[in-house]
Amino acid sequence: MPQHGNNHVGGDSQAVPVLAAAGLSKSFGSIEVLSGIALDLRAGEVHAIIGENGAGKSTLMKILAGHLQPSQGTLSIDGHEVKFTGPVDAEQRGIVLVHQEILLAPHLTVAQNIFLGREIRRGLTLDDRTMNRRAAEAVHELGADVEPTRVVERLSIALRQLVQIARALAVPHRVVIFDEPTASLTPVETDALLKVIDTIRAKGIAVLYISHRLNEVKAIADRVTVLRDGKWIATREAAALEPIDMARLMVGRDMANLYPPKSQVTQAKPVLEIEGFTVPGHAANARFSLHAGEILGFAGLIGAGRTELFEGLLGLRPGSGTVRVGGAATAFHNARQAMEAGIVYLSEDRKGKGLLLAQDLRTNLTLAALDRFTSGLLIDKAKEWEALNRAFGQFDIRARSKSLLAGQLSGGNQQKLLLAKMMLLEPKIVIIDEPTRGIDIGTKEQIYRFIASLAASGKAVIVISSEMQELIGVCHRILVMRNGEIAGEVSGSAMTEAEIVVHATGVSREVANAQI
Amino acid sequence: MSETPAPPKMANTKPARRWQDLDLRALAPFVALAVLMAVGYLVNSRFIDLDNLSNVLARSAFIATIAVGATFVITAGGLDLSVGSMAALIAGTMILFFNGAYITDGYGLLATGMVLAVGLGVLCGVANGLGVTAGRLEPFIVTLGTMAIYRSLLIWLADGGSIAMKSLALRGEYRPVYFGTIFGVPFPVIVIIAVALIGAFLLYRTTFGRHVMAVGSNEDVARYSGISVGRVRMLTYVIQGVCVAIAVLVYVPRLGSATSTTGLGWELQAITAVVVGGTALRGGVGRIWGTICGALILEVIGNIMVLSNFISENLVGAVQGAIIIIAMLVQRSLARRT
Repeated sequence: MPQHGNNHVGGDSQAVPVLAAAGLSKSFGSIEVLSGIALDLRAGEVHAIIGENGAGKSTLMKILAGHLQPSQGTLSIDGHEVKFTGPVDAEQRGIVLVHQEILLAPHLTVAQNIFLGREIRRGLTLDDRTMNRRAAEAVHELGADVEPTRVVERLSIALRQLVQIARALAVPHRVVIFDEPTASLTPVETDALLKVIDTIRAKGIAVLYISHRLNEVKAIADRVTVLRDGKWIATREAAALEPIDMARLMVGRDMANLYPPKSQVTQAKPVLEIEGFTVPGHAANARFSLHAGEILGFAGLIGAGRTELFEGLLGLRPGSGTVRVGGAATAFHNARQAMEAGIVYLSEDRKGKGLLLAQDLRTNLTLAALDRFTSGLLIDKAKEWEALNRAFGQFDIRARSKSLLAGQLSGGNQQKLLLAKMMLLEPKIVIIDEPTRGIDIGTKEQIYRFIASLAASGKAVIVISSEMQELIGVCHRILVMRNGEIAGEVSGSAMTEAEIVVHATGVSREVANAQI
Repeated sequence: MSETPAPPKMANTKPARRWQDLDLRALAPFVALAVLMAVGYLVNSRFIDLDNLSNVLARSAFIATIAVGATFVITAGGLDLSVGSMAALIAGTMILFFNGAYITDGYGLLATGMVLAVGLGVLCGVANGLGVTAGRLEPFIVTLGTMAIYRSLLIWLADGGSIAMKSLALRGEYRPVYFGTIFGVPFPVIVIIAVALIGAFLLYRTTFGRHVMAVGSNEDVARYSGISVGRVRMLTYVIQGVCVAIAVLVYVPRLGSATSTTGLGWELQAITAVVVGGTALRGGVGRIWGTICGALILEVIGNIMVLSNFISENLVGAVQGAIIIIAMLVQRSLARRT
């Protein structure tokens, strides 16, 4: 990842901050989620906010963007105290927020989205020509060229995000807040986005950047503010802070061993063998094998077909090829059959495919293994509660009440609940897609340990991830996919980001090395 | 994660239900019904007479029974607009069978006809279910189509007129199914209670019921959890068909005939009862007893309008229409508070 900001003088430290917060606190009922936060944003700096889930990042951001009112404390713009009546008020004062989720109308064009709600008119009719021209300019300014008349639905996630940023920047602005903008981007796309942020900073705009990815923060930020448990911990120059230091500040303890030690794989017979497996439109001719006690990584860019390959293998989408489980040829037509063969798949889309957000924790926990909780026709609710209590202990799920809905848990706790749900099936092969996406570093560590303990107990694990560091840290072997095909395998000392990028993108080793 | 030291202490039982946990949305329809009853009494003291009340209950049996089936369909994220037409078709077919079958034993004939009716209900449900699952069509479209098909079939069978039970003896034997009582309780009321009990058991206590809620809550999550979404959806439409057939069994002895207007508008009343009862129209939450309550609310409103002199009972449809909108507004405002 290129260093963007390091030779950049991070704003003028003497000038009055564009946006400042002092003694900011926020309580919901009796629970204080933020207390006494101080923050100052200077023109022309990228100021990163980091912290674990639940540290108060999103609450702080919502207060700064006018979505929430602080319980105590003040906000000031250019040294003058302000009170936002709402997000529109904040926007009119030049503070814009780029949401983490893509909030665009999928059926409208790029230009229609950028000007949605503030259409340019000529008399009574829409002035499409002007809007298209200005939309093209706005997107071009962000370093991309997208036809303004293209329908958003047809764009890649990265381009949609760019459109969303262009939309946010279409109003006069002095402060831009990015809420985990790279959560669903590949390394290459992330890099492009960081360039965009660099461009914004160069215009003298103050950028507030919220992210879990510390390497990224190191690369782009001028200053870093760390929150923990709703409290301000530190604000430092990014140049003087390594990612490992950031992690330590975030969790309040040493993070030297984020990844647990790797166990030995005994090269016994493979538990899963795949040959010539094809998922139409997504993956072709996949061939690999997996051994008991092994953690096998799948790397690749988004769209390389990793998720689709496994959804095909498990019968969640159409696919065909040879599948052997424990030596016996088989084919799965739905998730139930795969589960019965001892294979579970934890979707990357926790909220869309993993958990019923509007149902309670108990219902979610036992959903896939409900047969184990029945006596006769009846569901044994006492047994379900018992299982929930056990899952809370075993997976360290933290919730203020066990009668919450799954949607009320933090991302990390949702992932733990999903793990607990699938482990109830007592699988032999566990496939985890993006195990730590949107999860704080403390929980990440717990999940890595859990994955390692699964392998140590003789289960076979497949980890699909866009975070190369994570794959290198936990896997014995990594297969890299490109354009629907398994383009290469790295293992042992060859497990480096550069080597993965070579296979994932097809660039030469020299180029890959220069990029990392 | 087993390495994590000392997980926070957890009570080892299910959490005690506190009053804050009480879901106001589940309670709202019952409160509304109680308020309506009080209004009814104030409007006309005859409202509270046992005769009147048991009449109201008996008349609500058709919609209540159909609405229990609709609760399953809607909880699973579906919709069935064909229930009114289906009721007419089943009623007409059953009466034609009574009129034409060569069975001399009256009760044997009735029993065979009833089995036939339930079987036809299952068939109609399967047809709807196939369109939704195998055909992958929107439930609205599928059941809009079958709504027209079922009704048209009945009109064709009736040759544009009506189909009536010819045998007076048979009518006499069938009569108690609507007009009879058991220990003083009208038979239709017993049907409501039985259907609701079985429905509540299925939805709340069995794996199938849990799967219905999961499918309606998020189809993808259900699929990724190894649930056969198609089978669950299909079964909800079959249950709906059976419920329609049961409603017809109680309905036919009341008038002894089926015409082109039999069951007209029942689909809207059933959906209204379900939604007023607190079931989410987008799926995932189902409330059987709420549905029964919703069906009673509709019937009580009609009854109050008949007994009162303020509003013409011809406006009953308008009032029922307003009720569904008000119910949704109330539900949403209660949801926002929690």
